[in-house]
Amino acid sequence: MEDHAEDHVDLDTAVIQMENIVKKFGTFTANDHISLTVHKGEVHAVLGENGAGKSTLMNVLYGLYRPTSGTIKVNGEPADIDSPRKAIRLGIGMVHQHFMLVQPFTVTENIILGMEPMKGITVDEKAARERIMELSERYEMKVDPDARVEDISVGMQQRVEILKVLYRGADILILDEPTASLTPQEITELISIIRNLTRDGKSVILITHKLKEIKASADYCTIIRSGRCVDTVKVSGTSERELASRMVGRDVMFQVDKKELTPGEPVLEMTGLRGCDYRGVEVLKGLDLTVRRGEIVGLAGVDGNGQSELVEILTGLRRGTGGHVKMLGRDVFNASPKEIFGQGITSIPEDRQKYGLVLDFSVAENLVLQNYAKLPYAKQGILQNGVIMCHAKELIKQFDIRPESCETMTAGQLSGGNQQKVIIAREVTNDSDLLIAVNPTRGLDVGAIEFVHRYLVDQRNKNKAVLLVSFELDEIMSLSDRIEVIFNGQIAGNMAGSDADEKTLGLMMAGGESHNE
Amino acid sequence: MNKKGILYSNALYTFMAIIVGFCVGAVLLAAAGIDPLEAYGKLFSGIFGNVKCMTWCVVYASPLIFTGLSVAFSFRTGVFNIGAEGQFVAGSLAACAVGVLADAPAPLHALLCISAAVAAGALWAAVAALMKVKRGINEVLSFIMFNWLAFYLSNYVVNLPAMRRTGGGEATKDIAGTALILAPQGLIRLTGCSAVNYGILLAVAAALIIWFIINKTTLGFGLRAVGYNPFAAKYGGINADRAVMTAMSISGALAGLGGAVQTLGMSWRLSQFAGQEGFGFQGITVALIGSSNPIGCIFAGLFYGAMKYGGTKLSLVNAPAEVVDIIMGTIIIFIAVAHIFRNFFVSKFAKEKGGECE
Repeated sequence: MEDHAEDHVDLDTAVIQMENIVKKFGTFTANDHISLTVHKGEVHAVLGENGAGKSTLMNVLYGLYRPTSGTIKVNGEPADIDSPRKAIRLGIGMVHQHFMLVQPFTVTENIILGMEPMKGITVDEKAARERIMELSERYEMKVDPDARVEDISVGMQQRVEILKVLYRGADILILDEPTASLTPQEITELISIIRNLTRDGKSVILITHKLKEIKASADYCTIIRSGRCVDTVKVSGTSERELASRMVGRDVMFQVDKKELTPGEPVLEMTGLRGCDYRGVEVLKGLDLTVRRGEIVGLAGVDGNGQSELVEILTGLRRGTGGHVKMLGRDVFNASPKEIFGQGITSIPEDRQKYGLVLDFSVAENLVLQNYAKLPYAKQGILQNGVIMCHAKELIKQFDIRPESCETMTAGQLSGGNQQKVIIAREVTNDSDLLIAVNPTRGLDVGAIEFVHRYLVDQRNKNKAVLLVSFELDEIMSLSDRIEVIFNGQIAGNMAGSDADEKTLGLMMAGGESHNE
Repeated sequence: MNKKGILYSNALYTFMAIIVGFCVGAVLLAAAGIDPLEAYGKLFSGIFGNVKCMTWCVVYASPLIFTGLSVAFSFRTGVFNIGAEGQFVAGSLAACAVGVLADAPAPLHALLCISAAVAAGALWAAVAALMKVKRGINEVLSFIMFNWLAFYLSNYVVNLPAMRRTGGGEATKDIAGTALILAPQGLIRLTGCSAVNYGILLAVAAALIIWFIINKTTLGFGLRAVGYNPFAAKYGGINADRAVMTAMSISGALAGLGGAVQTLGMSWRLSQFAGQEGFGFQGITVALIGSSNPIGCIFAGLFYGAMKYGGTKLSLVNAPAEVVDIIMGTIIIFIAVAHIFRNFFVSKFAKEKGGECE
């Protein structure tokens, strides 16, 4: 994997030179004298925790922010980038983490939007289509120019975004957290596309906190911590562990310590669970699963095998069509979310912005979202704002939610990792018997992931039951006491977490032979 | 940005929108060959000229504060009550019916009328809410239809033999004196305004109560949560359907109360409508000018009431009273596009000085 580096990097040709960039917001310094040099044909990773200042730096480069001081040179010429339009003219293109595509439009329409080639007074869609096909083939993107964006996968949509940038003539591509919403398969494909780009002389700036991908794709890596540049290193000469500790500023534990525990009584028992997805197609076909006290059960599986529906039924958001769900012996099948919460089930939802938080509410309000009507947060229907604030301050401190004293800020103002911390703080302090965590570390950086993992294991060590549903195989394998594999709406097999290996799991996830002892 | 900053900027852009509204009005007046300064002078003196004028402005404002509160409350809880008009009519009708048909001693009779109006307004909204919750029918559509239902129901009831006034006039009999909410004779004589009533006190009290409910109670917390993000609210165990029902009923009750204040305080009877009177729609304007803040609605309602009353004086300079509607409409457009200005100023500010952190 490592021999790809350098052979196509032209170290004599710097395409981007950012020197001593300072960006202040009021009294807060987001970028403190950061310098960054990118060469032709190079993949340059910008690594940093959530809120370290990497997005600010890229927004400066893309003309969304003006730097407080510092200079930028593009292709050796000093450049005053005061708008994205200017950046595009200079050959800089940005693919944002959240795509900006018109869903009902076709791929071609999306790509040419805003700069349609004209033929008289009509759009010359044929010429555009040909140019897109040519670009797609050159970089092996396999994009169908006539497909509607709403019909294609997230990975494909991202390629459309990349094509959009290339179509506008970009030679320097900024990819902001490009793998945050991709499956492992799609990530591999993206990395090969990135390689095709650099082979063609393009430069790529990769903003990420995923170390694996940096190792797999980047040539150089600039590490940013609290707005300052820690170092720029050659990726082939460093290790994931070293990158992680330099990013966080301390040693990072990749493996979480678990104390020996024998699973106790069953907490959650599901038998013959059946349910349909939003189209009414049956996706859960008689699923059996038990979670006991003092164990983390990892539910592994490829997305779309019924995990989402399972969790929705368990949390009361969707009605199941058959089977039994028992929580500590009591029937909670098709109960309301409130009743289910009352029976001791809490969850860290998959979509934290949709289900986990009210983004327009303050952090303090979000922290009492299920308990606001109970003592001591309310008395006779009157909110006790003092108590709610104190509660928030305590949790913010205990769970290291940043920025400090953010209790009156809205949840939407926090970074993704800190939003997740708010949810975890809330759910863990609910101290219920069963915690359901769905992709709890999606989009989080190493430091935050370590934090989340520690709390999941803590719950288990406190003799609670934890059901972990995740697409990250590493996460499932390192945390679970028992791994259950879901395939096509049923449990395809299980194995102890201690002797799980990726190969066998992968086979079971793909519906291969089951290893059910 | 802190809370004060947001409030400040809301007030700032509202103020700017008001100035722009007057400028547009001035252009139109000039185009019609009327001296804008003279017209605005008349408007101003029509509002602040003497105690009587000012009192009338307050009387005009009271029902608007109620419909403004109704709409503002709905905005805060995630529904759009475009049906305040119908709920207002339902409230007026109920208050008028009880005022004409029932018989009770003085304060009790008024109280009965007001209760009937509250119930009618709440019911009128609750039916639409039920349709939304049970069948997913968009509340905007059903509210608009319910506005017309209330309109024709009112005209029907006005013409019933038991209600219709004898001796001509397309209106009901006068409401019994025991049911009116007029201020004591002394105050009427002092101000010279024949309709000075307790409505403004009720309106201010209602605004304070609504502010308290929204910000300080568990009820308000749940309603706001559903308004901002029904998914997370549901996930958190809040019954979203019940919240929508409650929010819309309260919103309807406020509009109905406005109808009672108008009927018992100022009109004393119900006339047959030729067209929708617009108290509910004007409530949307009030809510927008007041930034959906209950306290803001008091001031916005007073502003609209003053403009409405002052506008009647414009005919003295041969200017049409509709100029006021144009000014109010312009204000709303500019409040609606205020965020464009805001982005413009904020980005300019940010670029020059390095503004707020996002």
